Order: sequence, then structure tokens, then C-alpha cells
Amino acid sequence: MREQSEGIVNLVVDNLNEQTIQLDPYALEPIQEYLAGISISRARHGFSPRETSFYVLSLKNAILDVQEESAGSDIAALYESTRALNRLFDELSTNTFETFIKGREDVILRQTDEISEISTPVIRVWDQILAMPLIGTLDSARTQTVMENLLQSIVDTGSEIAILDISGVPAVDSLVAQHLIKTVSATRLMGAECIISGIRPEIAQTVVQLGIDLSQVVTKATLASALKHAFGMLKLEVRKTQPPKPFMI
Amino acid sequence: MGPFLLVTIQVDLYDRLALMLESDLVQAISKSGAQGVLIDISAVSIVDSFMGRIIGNIASMARLLDAHTVVVGMQPAVAITLIELGLTLPGVQTALNVEKGMQLLQSRIRVADSEEDAPHGDDDAGSPE
Amino acid sequence: MRHTGTTMLVVLNKDAYSIQREQDVILFRNRVKEFAVRIGMGVVNQTKLITAASELVRNMLRYANGGDVLIEVITRGRENGIRLTFKDQGPGIPDIKQAMQDGFSTGRSLGLGLPGTKRLVSEFDIKSTVGVGTTVTIVKWKNG
Ligand SMILES: Nc1ncnc2c1ncn2[C@@H]1O[C@H](COP(=O)(O)OP(=O)(O)OP(=O)(O)O)[C@@H](O)[C@H]1O
Ligand SMILES: [Mg+2]
Repeated sequence: MREQSEGIVNLVVDNLNEQTIQLDPYALEPIQEYLAGISISRARHGFSPRETSFYVLSLKNAILDVQEESAGSDIAALYESTRALNRLFDELSTNTFETFIKGREDVILRQTDEISEISTPVIRVWDQILAMPLIGTLDSARTQTVMENLLQSIVDTGSEIAILDISGVPAVDSLVAQHLIKTVSATRLMGAECIISGIRPEIAQTVVQLGIDLSQVVTKATLASALKHAFGMLKLEVRKTQPPKPFMI
Repeated sequence: MGPFLLVTIQVDLYDRLALMLESDLVQAISKSGAQGVLIDISAVSIVDSFMGRIIGNIASMARLLDAHTVVVGMQPAVAITLIELGLTLPGVQTALNVEKGMQLLQSRIRVADSEEDAPHGDDDAGSPE
Repeated sequence: MRHTGTTMLVVLNKDAYSIQREQDVILFRNRVKEFAVRIGMGVVNQTKLITAASELVRNMLRYANGGDVLIEVITRGRENGIRLTFKDQGPGIPDIKQAMQDGFSTGRSLGLGLPGTKRLVSEFDIKSTVGVGTTVTIVKWKNG
């Protein structure tokens, strides 16, 4: 922190010492990069914008003190150099602000990626059967991740059936429905089957009202009935064990 | 049951190579009397409409020679791309991997044979299960 | 650094290729892949881009006896992408709207190349003049 400040003060003072108060853009570059680095790291560490800009402005005050000392009684020169310094710091603080926001945006983007990763787990419910419960709003980007994850898991596990459960999805519009249909088609093209479960009554209503054709897709109301359907496809049977009979046939 | 042919496509085929594969394969089916053909495309990263047509052609020609074709090992990215392109490979059967493709071929051929063995339309006859 | 916030399109890198023979298709596809990998494009988007490129380059060979392709890495703000421009001096397309329809083909093929390509990329533009030639430009953004 102290080191950072000394570094930046030195950079500014070096440039001002030459008395070429008009700072040329090339001289500005290292200073701006320096400040950009500081504000990005501050954004990531959760500093407020006020704290960050306060830091830049306090640097200005420090340099003003230095200028005042070296100018002595030459008020006109002091005035000129103060104005130049002001212009410089206006530019610098605008830049700092911009980088600060960019730093925050990067954090948000990274978190968005992480959320979409976390929120699409693929579960192996049975030999040959995968399930993927979808929770939350589906947008194009997320549906794409979902689709890729599901298909890759099908390949990795050699599962013949995938169940996509949408009971946790608040709304299905025509775009989402189209993505779902594409996922089903791509699964089939690879030689597996995809069942969509968790169709709530409201979703059934909107799908029909929007005129979306899901007739080529196997849809089930619940994950349980989808699983039952999958067992049927694999010719598996789930039975209650019978109490032992006195005579076996 | 006749033999199965397994074709593994290892490189991205350019047109003439793909057409050569087509004719070689049809020759091989006819010579060997194969009843099933497995085309393994797990190493193929791009299937465009040209490749799609070659695969479809092979399946149609094989059918004329009384053989079943199964395409196996399609990569997820290829499947997603083909759907977007609008190429769904109609008339071509697919399976996840060679093993599953083999099972699929066996069951197809069993069904076809049992239909032939039962000229009186008795569905239960000839099915060993 | 000073351009942050602008949505200006900047070309970062480019390369031009002449396509004359069918063998060029695979070589060209490999070049597109290298560019896509270099900007960190994911496998699915790479596959979509290369497949689209393959369709267009085949059209160029088939209907116009070859042509030239420009590969560019472009950026707008924080997003990078690949732009491909296919330019030929072939017969041109009399009715673009018709050519863009699924299933239309004068080559007794599936007629999926042009409309399918449009679905695979982020931006698609086609210009054609009968007797002069055809230029198709596509853009695929890294996350698009
Ligand atoms: N570069 C070009 N120059 C002249 N005509 C073209 C060109 N590209 C496409 N066309 C015309 O547009 C039609 C549609 O092209 P498109 O790629 O969609 O289908 P296709 O090439 O016929 O079939 P597919 O690509 O599915 O094998 C072509 O049949 C051809 O008449
Ligand atoms: Mg074409």
C-alpha cells in the first residue's frame, strides 16, 4: 500500500519536474496503468468506489503540498502548475473509475460462469440413466451450457437415457422450448434418448398457447414417472420383494 | 448371422477420400456378405453437409445390399452443430459407442431374420427370447 | 486502455487464403481452427464456425471454381471473435432469398449450406451480383 503510493507519487513528480506541465500522452501511460492496476485490485477486494477515488484524490493533495513547497513565493507558477495538476488528476480519476467498474464487471462475469456451472449437475440415477435437474431461469447461454454438459456426460458414462427435469424452471418461453427440443434432437442423433420431466400445469398451458410442438419429445409430469418410463425402455422392472412362499415354483 | 464390418474414420476426409470410402465400403459389404456395418466417427471433429450426405449414402447403399448401418461415437459438439445446420441424418441409426452399436445391429438382424423365418406371420415363432 | 467502453470494431490479426482445389478445404479448416483456439473459443462454437466455413468454402469451389478467403480476429470491447470473408468471381446468385431457403439447391444437394451456415454463426451477410461474383461474410463471437 505504502509502496504503491510512493511509486505513483514518484511517477507523477518525475514527470512534473521537467516543468513541461503539459504532460504528453506517452508520459501518462505508465501512470494510468499503475492506477488501473490499483483500482482493479481494489474492486476485486471489495473496496467501495468512494474509498478508491479518495485514494487517488489524496495523492493529489500530497503532490500539491510538494508543489507548494518548491514554488516558494512564485504564485503565478504555483497557479499554473496546480491547474495542470488538476487537469491531470481529472483524467486520472475518470480512468480509475472506469477501471474500477471494469474490475467489478469481471467479478460478476466470473460469478455468472460459476453459477451456471454449479447449477447444472448431472446425476447418475441408475446404470444407463442420467438425470439433470434444472433450477432457475434458462437463458440462451445457460441452455447451451446445459446442453453441452448433458451430452458430454452421456458420452462419458455411456448412458442411453437422460432425463431433463424442468420442475425448477419458473417459465418456458418459445426460445427455451426450442433449446429443449434441440437438446433432445442432439441426444438422439448421438444414439441416446432424452426425456423431459417436471412439466407443471402452467408450463403445459404456455407451451400449447405459444403453439410449440413438443409431440416428438417424451414428456412426463414428474421425475418419478420419467424414471419409470426409462426403466421400461431398458426392460427393467422394479418389484416389491415377495414374502418367501412355502413352495417355490 | 453374417459378419459385421467396422469402419473407423480417423482423419478429416476431403471429398475424393470420402467418395473412395463410399465405394470401397460398398464393395466390401458385397464381397463379405456382411449383414451389419459400424461406422465409428468418434475421431471426426467436423461433419458438414457433404460428410453427412456420404454417411447417408453409405447407409442407403448398404440397405440395398441387405446390410444395416449404425453410426457410432458422434461427438457432442458435432451433434449440436448438425442439429443447428438442419442435418438430422434421416435413415441412419446411431449408437453411443462401438459396443452399443454392435448390440443394436445384433438385435436388428435378429428381428429381420425372425421375420424371414416366420412366413406364416406367426410373430412368436423363431424368436429365441 | 483509453478505448475502454467503446464498441468500436478492431481487427487484431488477419490472413488471406486462396481456395482452388478440394484439398484446400481441409487445410483452410485447420487454419480457422488455429485462429479460434488462439482466442480461446470453446469446442462447440469452434465446431459450429468450422462447419459453417466448410459449407461456404465448398460452395465456392462447387459453384464458382474457387475464390479467396480472409480470416480476421476482431474485437468489440471485451469480446473477441473470428470474421471470415469468402469472395469469388463465379456466376453469382440470381435470387438470394431463394438460395437462403432450407432445401433449395441447383446442385441436386440438400440445400442446407447457406441457411444452415446462417444458423451456426453470430452474424451473416451475403452479397451477390450475377456475372460478377458472390461475397459471404460471417462472424462468430467467442461466446456467441
Ligand atoms: N458461391 C456461390 N456462387 C454461386 N452460386 C452459389 C454460391 N453459393 C451457393 N450458390 C447457390 O445457392 C444454392 C444454395 O446453396 P446451399 O449451400 O444452401 O445448398 P447446396 O450447396 O445446393 O447444398 P448443400 O450445401 O446442402 O450440399 C446452391 O445450390 C447454388 O445454386
Ligand atoms: Mg452448399
